[in-house]
Amino acid sequence: MKVALFIPCYVRAVAPSVIEASYKLLRYLGVDVAVPEGQTCCGQPMGNAGYEDEAEHLKKRFEKIFEEYDVIVGPSPSCVVYVRERYGELFRGRIYEICEYVHDVLKPTSLPGRFPHRVSLHNNCHGTRLEGLAAPSELNVPYFNKLKDLLSLVEGIEVVEPERPDECCGFGGLFSIEESAVSVKMGEDKVRRHLATGAEYVTAADSSCLMHQGGIIAAQKLPLKTIHIVEILASGL
Amino acid sequence: MSTEKHAAAARKYLKDTAKVDWQDETLWLVRGKRDRLSKQIPEWEALRDAASRIKLYSNSHLPELLEQFESHAVANGAIVHWAKDAGEYRDIIGGLLTGHGVRLFVKSKSMLSEECGLVPYLEGLGIEAVETDLGERIIQLMGLKPSHIVLPAVHIKREEVGRLFEKEMGTEPGNSDPTYLTHAARRNLRQYFLKADAAMTGGNFAVASTGEVVVCTNEGNADMGTSAAPLQIAAFGIDKIVPDRESLGVFTRLLARTATGQPVTTYTTHYSAPRKGTEFHIVIVDNGRSRILADREHFRLLNCIRCGGCMNTCPVYRRSGGYSYSHFIPGPVGVNLGMASDPDRHKGNLSACTLCHSCEMVCPAKVDLAEQIYRWRQHYHTSAGKKAISDGMAFLMGGPGRFGAGLTVGPGAMKALKAVGGHWGKGREFPDIVSSKNLESIEKQDHGK
Ligand code: SF4
Repeated sequence: MKVALFIPCYVRAVAPSVIEASYKLLRYLGVDVAVPEGQTCCGQPMGNAGYEDEAEHLKKRFEKIFEEYDVIVGPSPSCVVYVRERYGELFRGRIYEICEYVHDVLKPTSLPGRFPHRVSLHNNCHGTRLEGLAAPSELNVPYFNKLKDLLSLVEGIEVVEPERPDECCGFGGLFSIEESAVSVKMGEDKVRRHLATGAEYVTAADSSCLMHQGGIIAAQKLPLKTIHIVEILASGL
Repeated sequence: MSTEKHAAAARKYLKDTAKVDWQDETLWLVRGKRDRLSKQIPEWEALRDAASRIKLYSNSHLPELLEQFESHAVANGAIVHWAKDAGEYRDIIGGLLTGHGVRLFVKSKSMLSEECGLVPYLEGLGIEAVETDLGERIIQLMGLKPSHIVLPAVHIKREEVGRLFEKEMGTEPGNSDPTYLTHAARRNLRQYFLKADAAMTGGNFAVASTGEVVVCTNEGNADMGTSAAPLQIAAFGIDKIVPDRESLGVFTRLLARTATGQPVTTYTTHYSAPRKGTEFHIVIVDNGRSRILADREHFRLLNCIRCGGCMNTCPVYRRSGGYSYSHFIPGPVGVNLGMASDPDRHKGNLSACTLCHSCEMVCPAKVDLAEQIYRWRQHYHTSAGKKAISDGMAFLMGGPGRFGAGLTVGPGAMKALKAVGGHWGKGREFPDIVSSKNLESIEKQDHGK
């Protein structure tokens, strides 16, 4: 079985360490993962902004690069969902967000390393509501949270959630620029609630939410750090 | 209602942080109540599925269901009118009122009357319309429009209501106790109920198998009005039709729980026949609904039962208020309904969505609200700046070389982005563009070990 690592463009740009952590985690769990060359962007930012058709060439490029793989794994729920939902049938059933893949398919029972910190978990919108990483607060379904399950495998960690654990943090792609006033307000509210948990770190499965929240944290010089969940899971590797 | 783009109006609204936070907390509390109640019903999700299916069925069988409704309503003694648009709706109601010599009439809350501009029209005919639902009355006395479809005065503080009632109803200066003010309003409204020549309601549901118009309220003012006046009018959109009482039960279980976090509205009145010696007129209105029905990408909008749940959960609505939207219905469903009615006028609302999808999961009738906003965005573009950024990104991502080069000049590119986009930098730092290193090489390095 051929497994490929999908590198979302903004993760490469703002948090490349997430890619290395993803690679290490998959390798540690026995996956012979390839990192195909020539990757750029899946087209999600353009699509969500209303320019899906203008990102058609990116879709073609993506398809060409990943067609040959049986499984594609990427560290970003929203990009994965975008490819799954907007690319037609081609990648349905074989593209996974990395936490989903590790939790549902690889099913580790332990992970090496320690992360002796209090961590506030941001359940991001697309991960929770579209990707199924956790039970959305709106629905009357049995509670589950795959991210918490995975984090609980890391020794020493204390996982907490902010009030309104899956309310949107206000990033929303180009929303963050076009509606910057609302976006910043949402981010400030979110960060304030993380801070109230007494956590040292904010974690999430999506680097874009963390980039936005990290921007607020930096502007307000708050005693909080952001870290992608995969970096915690791979902290002993 | 805003005449500028949502983003600009919201920026102004956000200046009063205390008010924004208060509004956000108030609406979030309602969402919280809704969550608690919905979780007490084990079959909640099945109910939502049923509601969605019943609506899809009803809206795709409108001709027969509406005619069935009409024949039962007529048999019950009601008089049925059909209005294809807002103009006909106004003419019919205006004609009925003038024909009966009505000078004063009481009405309970109806979003359809807002949609069709009824009250200003009637004022032009010299007919005074008194809103009788407390929230609507407050808004009317203040000369404002509703900022929410279920809680029209949710943005008004009780102190403001106290001052208003002091002026309008002679209440004690400085007393803004809600119970006291509610009693004062009740006393004040009584005189209108007794004097009114006609009473009007909207309709939450119309039951095809019985010809009943069902009105759900909490204050009972609709019933006060319709119990006293010699002429009663009920008007509703064609999308309010449900096949029978059994299917109605699905919606009454969902409506109040989602809208306000109550098990059921205090009053659920089935209007079927006129009282002895009075007339009961029913006005069935299209006003663009059949056009929505014909739109492949947006027909599910007609599933909406106007519960307001999507507003309470919308993180953008909660922080930008009802008046930042250009349409009279704000929030997720308002963005969509505005686009369905006049896209060029309302496309400035399309930015008011992060695509968080919370609304879709709250919606009792499963309207695909976020997905529809995504679709409108593909056809209606809202800002040149956004297009420039999107184009720039699409170009940059067109090849790994360009992308790599883009990353190398990252900080500069980000600055440019900031200039185009405007306000990222206010209140929020830019991330560092960390590296342009070839990540694909990790695989080779690893395998080389
Ligand atoms: S779209 Fe759904 S949640 Fe929003 S008002 Fe209509 S029924 Fe309620």
